[in-house]
Parts: sequence; structure tokens; C-alpha cells
Amino acid sequence: MSAVIDNHHADHAHGPAKGPMRWVLTTNHKDIGSMYLWFSFAMFLLGGTMAMVIRAELFQPGLQLVAPEFFNQMTTMHGLIMVFGAVMPAFVGLANWMIPMMIGAPDMALPRMNNFSFWLLPAAFGLLVSTLFMDGGGPNFGWTFYAPLSTTYAPPSVTFFIFAIHLAGISSIMGAINIVATIINLRAPGMTLMKMPLFVWTWLITAFLLIAVMPVLAGVVTMMLMDIHFGTSFFSAAGGGDPVMFQHIFWFFGHPEVYIMILPAFGAVSMIIPAFARKPLFGYTSMVYATAAIAFLSFVVWAHHMFTVGIPLTGELFFMYATLLIAVPTGVKVFNWVSTMFRGSLTFEAPMLFAIAFVILFTIGGFSGLMLAIAPADFQYHDTYFVVAHFHYVLVPGAIFGIFASAYYWLPKWTGFMYDEVLAKTHFWMSFVGMNLAFFPMHFIGLAGMPRRIPDYNMMFANFNMVSSVGAFMFGATQLLFLFIVIKCIRGGPKASAKPWDGAEGLEWTVPSPAPYHTFSTPPDVK
Amino acid sequence: MATHEEYYVPAQSKWPIVGSIGLLVTVFGAGTMMNNMTSGADSSLGQYVFFAGLLILIYMMFGWFSNVVSESHQGLYSAQMDRSFRMGMGWFIFSEVMFFAAFFGALFYVRTLAGPWLAGEGAKADTAMLWPEFEFVWPLLQNPDPQAYPGPTETISPWQLPLINTLLLITSSVTVTFAHHALRAGKRAALKGWLLLTVVLAVVFLTLQIAEYIHAYNDLGLTLASGIYGATFFMLTGFHGAHVLMGTIILTVMLIRVHKGHFTPDNHFGFEAASWYWHFVDVVWVGLFIFVYIF
Repeated sequence: MSAVIDNHHADHAHGPAKGPMRWVLTTNHKDIGSMYLWFSFAMFLLGGTMAMVIRAELFQPGLQLVAPEFFNQMTTMHGLIMVFGAVMPAFVGLANWMIPMMIGAPDMALPRMNNFSFWLLPAAFGLLVSTLFMDGGGPNFGWTFYAPLSTTYAPPSVTFFIFAIHLAGISSIMGAINIVATIINLRAPGMTLMKMPLFVWTWLITAFLLIAVMPVLAGVVTMMLMDIHFGTSFFSAAGGGDPVMFQHIFWFFGHPEVYIMILPAFGAVSMIIPAFARKPLFGYTSMVYATAAIAFLSFVVWAHHMFTVGIPLTGELFFMYATLLIAVPTGVKVFNWVSTMFRGSLTFEAPMLFAIAFVILFTIGGFSGLMLAIAPADFQYHDTYFVVAHFHYVLVPGAIFGIFASAYYWLPKWTGFMYDEVLAKTHFWMSFVGMNLAFFPMHFIGLAGMPRRIPDYNMMFANFNMVSSVGAFMFGATQLLFLFIVIKCIRGGPKASAKPWDGAEGLEWTVPSPAPYHTFSTPPDVK
Repeated sequence: MATHEEYYVPAQSKWPIVGSIGLLVTVFGAGTMMNNMTSGADSSLGQYVFFAGLLILIYMMFGWFSNVVSESHQGLYSAQMDRSFRMGMGWFIFSEVMFFAAFFGALFYVRTLAGPWLAGEGAKADTAMLWPEFEFVWPLLQNPDPQAYPGPTETISPWQLPLINTLLLITSSVTVTFAHHALRAGKRAALKGWLLLTVVLAVVFLTLQIAEYIHAYNDLGLTLASGIYGATFFMLTGFHGAHVLMGTIILTVMLIRVHKGHFTPDNHFGFEAASWYWHFVDVVWVGLFIFVYIF
């Protein structure tokens, strides 16, 4: 312990420590950001592999590859790993790398806690994945783990699933507290709130959402744990509880959670589009207020996930109108992005391609969301592949393309080298085509009535399912190309200047590429 | 802004990884223990793993906090660092508020919506067909299925132990504030006295709470498994009690640190954070007293 303290005087003078323990013991926001991003990518491949199992089974009608029980575990784990292991940590990784540099801070506000937040994730997901090898198999009740499927009828491994969620939740809360403290407290002099880059703004709001709803998730899994092991009856009507109550508490967490996964992507895209349109962002102030409005509304729309469960008519109406209202601030954002590009000097490097695809395809996902928000129509769509198509359109070309756009945009800053533009564009087009092939047909088979979360289906859905599977395999295989591009970029390539993109703005481009181990040990002046 | 230049970024630290391993071992042990208990397996492996995990966590907290205390004593922390700590603690307490909100939400939902529906209110005819005899009143003494969930015979009266407990906790909020004022005025003797009194009040509260639980289990049939009343009652008061226990430990550590001569009239955020936490558990208790015990 004393050794740790004695080191501090020199810690700005030297670079990273030597050896692998550097990564275990680090307090550096860039090291931790890199670890988050690598962890997220590993989880993306793992969750993606599960998606490949799902699509392989659904390639043809009938049961061919896996048992239905295992299929259920695959859909459940695919969702859990992608949501909690891939998308959320990727954005926390981007936040770690970029927020201190964007606001001129020396590091995150609480650097040791930052490392704690990261290292809880391998613990959480090690525990979660280990449930697949336990007696009775892993979680098989869907990523939304509705009671009583997840309580009365759950395999014994559900106990470890609950604790894995607790660990991931602790990690998220600590990470979010750190981000709020960093943004509020560590901005360089002159960096007023309304001068902050939009990625910082959207993360500030996201972090607030995380602190507000992750404890609610902890609460609901704790109730499950008590129902399973200690005889309580929160979700058992026989004891006066209510299984529907599970869904209310879960979605009170769950709906803000989906905005947690998209708002940082909004922020990143709001920085990338101006850079490649060589025009300032259209409507900065309205972007900030729209983000805040979306976050506020996310707390009062949760029961639109539950239209068919039997809620009172007033509830159906309230949650329907509140949900439709979200289209207003989201529309403001989409119009602002389009207006930013209007009459800009556009170039189409990989980050811009992903950003433009984001705007178009996320909007498609938003429109199908509006269809689902209409309660009487949702009675038809509920639990069909239409829902699967909807949320994959907002998450894959939304959250994931936002992450890819950010990765290509900032890779030169991280590595000091330019990535291979030809390969990156190949990655984009393969992903774009693959993802649309995989998810667009799901709209049709969903509207025709194919239920989600089943390993077998009616013959009439066979053709579209085969197209979906081909698209999914294409999208999945393409991500190995992304891995190759990133490794290639780390190992070398054309040298990147401090500001490799003409139109890019922000403090992160004022430091050399690659960014030195410690940036802004003394704060810059922001005018 | 001069304070910017002094922002302290600690060098490497082993505590985060120790904490991660500790938490993993703890929850793995707890999970094993619970699964063995529910399946009836005769194995105490879970207990050993659980306690090993707790020991690692205690080691981590002791080491980590010692680190922070000693860095503070070396004067490494600027005013800006102090603000980071304040924000960290404030937002942590907000997250705790939301944790309790989940359980309060469950209580309100059952009492105002789910319970009456289960007894056939509204247009949901089928719910009343499950248990046609069921009538919903609060406190719920007769559960829909009394075989599976035998209800309590009686509930705790708010005007005995709970009222005393309310007075104890509110008084302790006042005494910890007196201790804080004494600290700021440099009156160390008064600080020690008020802080000690706070800890004593906390311990008395915990003792009475344990007595109440024993009474509920032995005499009233009010248990975790006695239906939704017992479930919400014990989860809310139990998590509150766990937080009081944690707060008591924190205040005790503060008392020890005061006796070791820590804290100055203008540099004592550790103490202040402990008192914030203490006020938070008191406010939660007031909510419990009103919505769990009285109404």
C-alpha cells in the first residue's frame, strides 16, 4: 500500500507501467477505456455466436441443430450478453477514452473506482456464462426474465444469473457516477455546459438514467431471489402478489435502459456528421433539450411493453400517447442531422457511412416503434418477429453502427495510425447489406404472425427465414473483418495527424495522435 | 483555476481487482449456499466460499479506505477532488433511493391495484374466478391461497416499538448534526460525545428491530413467507435495517477516527459523507413508518 502512495509524485512524468499488471492495476482512463472496448468486442463476438446458432436453427423449418431447451438458452443469453456485455460497456469505453479529452480533464474524477467498474464486468459475465455449464442449463426465460418463468419454472442456475446482474449493475452505477462527477466537476475553465460536445451531453444524461434505473433492476432481481429461495410472494398471486408486477418493475428499468443504449450513439453521430459535412451541427441547443426530453419521457412509457398483459384502458391510452410523444424530440434530432448535412461539403469516409446509415436505419426502427406504440395495433404485433425486427433496427444500425462510427472516427486518435479505408468501407457495406437482409424480412414474417423465441415455425415463413439467416451469417462473418481492421490499425499504417478529419472540432483533436498517456494534466483554455 | 493543476490522479492500485474478486467469490458463495438450501443438499461449501469472499471484501475496504485517508493526510486532495467525492457520495445515495423506490413501488402497486384486482374489482372477471372467496384488505391477513401462504394472525402495531424506533432514529439524526457542528467549531470533546451517542442510539434501534422480528416470527406468524404483507414488510424493513447496520459501522469507524485525531474543522468529508448516509437511512425510516407501519 505504501508503495502505491510513494509512486504518486512521478505519475504524470512517466508513461504506462510495464508488464501485464499494467492493465490489472491501472487507473488511467485510456487504459480502462481500451479494456472496456476490447471486453465489449469479445462479448459482441460471443453474443454474436449465439445469434449464429439461433439463425442456423431457423435456417429451415423443423428442428435440426439444437434442442428447444438449448435454443431458449441461446435467445436469452444472446440478449443479455448483447445488452449488458456488448453495447453498454462499449459506450462506457468510449466515454472513458473521450470524455476527459473532450472536456480538458486530466482523467476521470474517481480513477480507482473507474478500474473497479471495469473489473466487475469480467466477474459478472464469467458468472453469467458459467450458468450454461450448470445442471439444468443456463437462463432460458428470455432476456426480459419474466416471472414466473424466471422464478417458479427457472433452472437452479437462475440464482447465479441474479448475482451476475447485481455485479453488472454495481459496475454500471459506479461507472455512471464517475462520468457524472467527471463532467460536472472536471471541465476545463471556459467549457460551459452549453459548449460541451454532444457526446458529453448525451453521456451526462445517460449516466443520470443509469443511476436512476440500475438500482430498480437490482430491486426486481432481489425480489426474484427472495421468491425463489425465501418463500416471499412478490410475483405469486397465491400469496397476494402479482406476476404482472414483475413486468412493471422490470420495464420501469427496461425502457430507460433502451435509451441508455442509444443516447450515447446519438451524441457520437452528432459529432461525426458535422465533421464530415464540414458544417457546424444544426440546432445544437435543440439537440441538448431533445435528449433531455427523451430521457424524461423514458420514465413514463414503460407499460407500452405490456399492452397485451391486461392493463386498464386508461393505462393503455396513457402509455400509448406518452410513447407516441417520444417521436417529437427524436424527430427533432433526425431533422437536425439531415439539416447538418444539407448543403455541406460531404465526404463519405467509414465513420460518415456508418453515421448516415445510422440516421436512415434508426429512423426505420423508430417508425416501426411508432407502429408498436399504437396499443390496438400492438395486440397484433406483440411477441411476433415484428418486435424482433423493430428492436434490432434500433440496436444494430442504431447502437452498434454508432459504436462502429465512433471507433473509426477515433481510431486514429487512439492508435496514431489511419485505419485501412478500403477494408473499412468493405466492413460497412457488408454489415449494411447483411444486417438489412437479416432483419428486414422479419417485419414481414412478424406481421404474418410468426412468434418470436421459437426454434421451429410454419412452412409459410421458410423463405424469409432463410434470407434472414443468410444475412445474419454475412453480418456475423463481417465482424471478424472489423477485428482484423482494428488490429491492423494498431500495428501500423499511414501516420495520423493530430486532426486527421478536416471538419472535426473539439479538444481531443488538439493533442497529438496517438494521444499521450496523460493528456491535459493542466487544463486548456476554452474560448 | 489553480485547483485544476493539482487534481490528484492516483498511480496504480490493487484494490479494484481485489474488490472484484472479493465480490465474485462472495456472490458465488451466496448463490451456492442458497441453491443448496432450496434443493436440500447437505453441503456447507457455499458458506465457506461466502465468508472467504466477505473477508476479501473487508480486506479491500480496509485497505482502500486507509489509502484514501492517508492520501488525504498527505494533502494530496484539492478542493476540486473534494467536490468529486461529494458528487460521488451524493449520487450513490440517489441510487440507494431508487433501490428503495423499487420496493416502495411494489408495495403501492399491490395495495392500490393488484390486490383489489385479485379480489375481482374492475373489468377483469377472470381474476376473481381463481379464488372467489378472496377479499382484499390491508394488512392482508388472509392470502388468496392460505395453504401455500398461511397469512399472519396479526401485524405489528405502529404505536409501540416502531414509534420508539422512529424517535430513536430522528434523535440520532439530530445528534449526528450536533457532532458535525462540534467538529466544525473545533470542540473535540463534544464531537466525541455526540457521535458516541449517535452510535448508541443506532445500536439500540437495531436491537429493538431484532426484538420486533423475533416477536413477528414467534408470536404473530408474520414471516417472509406469510404472503405479500410479510414479503413487503420484511424486504422494506430488512433492507432498511441492513442499511442502518452499515451506517452504524460507518459511524463507528468515524468515532474511531475521531479518537485517533482525524478530521479538522474544515477538512472532514469522510465524516460528512457518513452523516449524509445516516440522514438518508433516517428519511427512509420515516417513509417506512408512515407507509408500512401506520397506513
